Amino acid sequence: MVRERIFEEMAQAVIDGLPDKARALAHDAIQAGIDPLEAIERGFKAGMDVVGDGFAKGELFIPDLMMSGEAMKAAIAALEPELMKRKQQRQVLGRVVIGTVQGDIHEIGKTLVATMLAASGFEVHDLGVDVSPQRFVDMVRQVDANVVGLSALLTTTLLNQETVILTLKEAGLRDKVKVIVGGVPASPEWAEEIGADGYAENATEAVEVVKRMVGV
Amino acid sequence: MRPAILDRLASGQVLIADGATGTMLQSAGLPTGVPGEAWVLDRPEQILALHRAYLEAGSQLILTTTFGGSRARLAKAGLDHQVEAINRRAAELARQAAGDEAYVGGDIGPTGEMMQPLGKLTYETAVEFFAEQARALAAGGVDVIYIETMSDLNEARAAVQGAQQACDLPVFCTFSFDTRGRTNMGVRPSQAAQTMAALGVAAVGANCGHAPEEVLEILPQMREAAPEAYLIAKPNAGIPRMVQRQVVYDATPERMAELARQYVELGARIVGACCGSSPAHISAIAAAIHGERGS
Ligand code: B12
Ligand SMILES: [Zn+2]
Repeated sequence: MVRERIFEEMAQAVIDGLPDKARALAHDAIQAGIDPLEAIERGFKAGMDVVGDGFAKGELFIPDLMMSGEAMKAAIAALEPELMKRKQQRQVLGRVVIGTVQGDIHEIGKTLVATMLAASGFEVHDLGVDVSPQRFVDMVRQVDANVVGLSALLTTTLLNQETVILTLKEAGLRDKVKVIVGGVPASPEWAEEIGADGYAENATEAVEVVKRMVGV
Repeated sequence: MRPAILDRLASGQVLIADGATGTMLQSAGLPTGVPGEAWVLDRPEQILALHRAYLEAGSQLILTTTFGGSRARLAKAGLDHQVEAINRRAAELARQAAGDEAYVGGDIGPTGEMMQPLGKLTYETAVEFFAEQARALAAGGVDVIYIETMSDLNEARAAVQGAQQACDLPVFCTFSFDTRGRTNMGVRPSQAAQTMAALGVAAVGANCGHAPEEVLEILPQMREAAPEAYLIAKPNAGIPRMVQRQVVYDATPERMAELARQYVELGARIVGACCGSSPAHISAIAAAIHGERGS
């Protein structure tokens, strides 16, 4: 009973985008002996799902998603020591390398996708913006990534998504990693044309597609 | 000699603005990753040619190539030691092309940074950046400070305040309503118009954004919230998509012209176009509004 109420409060703290509240609730949970994994899954993450849904429906906007992402991060950081102590690892769904392609400095959408993937349980390596094909390839190799996400917001940089795919091929890594592309000028047809494995229109959809890619 | 821009607007005439700068310069050979502002000092003849193409197409208000001319944006291209020089020279180039008849808007775009609390940029620093840019634009001879593509209300506020600190020129401000009728930061047209008008902004409106049809819904909301402000419609020519390696824009010059007429019916007094448009779009818009040859 009490636990249910704490989970609800956790979800609400994420929905309201309150990092301090989320952190405090995480500490309370540890005090009360609540399993930190359960706190994440049934508490905080449930809130993130609501926010992601609202964003996809156009009811919530970037600031909402960003503040909720901050609250989620604060909660996970606070629970981490306890997770370590219990030798529990939140199950990592997969390792994702993400970035905005070379010549393109649009970062807001890419960062949102990264935040949502991290909040959903992926280990995310965000390379930032204006990322060269070689840096994508190096990082994919270094972390043994399952998925690489390529963002491009300019028609002129869209072609660089294909360059990354070709560079992955040359490096012999294409079969080891799934490629998902996104950004305003991209489309499902474009993804197919350049031989990507998937496309998503927004951050919420990106999580679903990436989950499917790693088979969860 | 032209009357002051606000007097001209007060006469009820519609002013034709220009179209895209960034995407046009890119098709003129500006390499990917190099901002258009770099050409202001390096390839001024290209900037002049673009201004002239729009003026010939019928633009009566052209914007300087300084959308990314704030210190924050120029720093990303390693050009932040030239903030003054680039903005001032861009204004001089536009003035040179416009002569005495056409108006020049000193273009100011977003910093590209998130403001506190979402990001690191403080309100005070933003005001300083915008004031610095506006000062150089005013020194170069613009008629109006023209802020565009805003999505964060706070950043727009900082831009207006910076412009007002820097000079006595009128200030216009338009937003990009690209997310279901709101900006991507969730700002509604009515909120934007009301806030800007209260700060003394003379003209408000929508630029860039999503489909140009959506501006038909936006203008009445702005009108109602700020009846005293002039309305601006400068949408993009649709969202570009790559289909078989060809850039496809869904809004043709004819379609943009048809929409322009409707914007004017809804009260718009400045009409132009944004990303994806070309002098051909402006020419069609000018013909639709002023008849075959511009007035
Ligand atoms: C904000 C913005 C900027 C800011 C960027 C600030 C920053 N730090 O990121 C600034 C002002 C710096 C900027 C600069 C420019 N911009 Co700009 N910009 C925009 C704008 C208005 C919004 C983009 C945005 O952040 N949207 C909000 C986020 C949440 O949405 P999103 O990016 O689409 O991301 C979502 C999905 O696309 C998807 N997604 C995104 N990435 C990925 C990746 C993966 C793997 C997946 C699965 C999904 C995915 O999920 C995201 C979340 O839901 C768009 C217009 C628009 N409607 O998109 C133009 C736009 C992208 N810009 C445009 C242009 C032309 C430019 C400039 C060339 C302008 C200029 N003259 O300087 C420069 C280019 C600079 C460069 N080299 O990159 C054009 C591009 C036209 C084209 N197709 O070529 C656009 C489309 C405007 C238009 N209507 O035509 N811009
Ligand atoms: Zn635009």
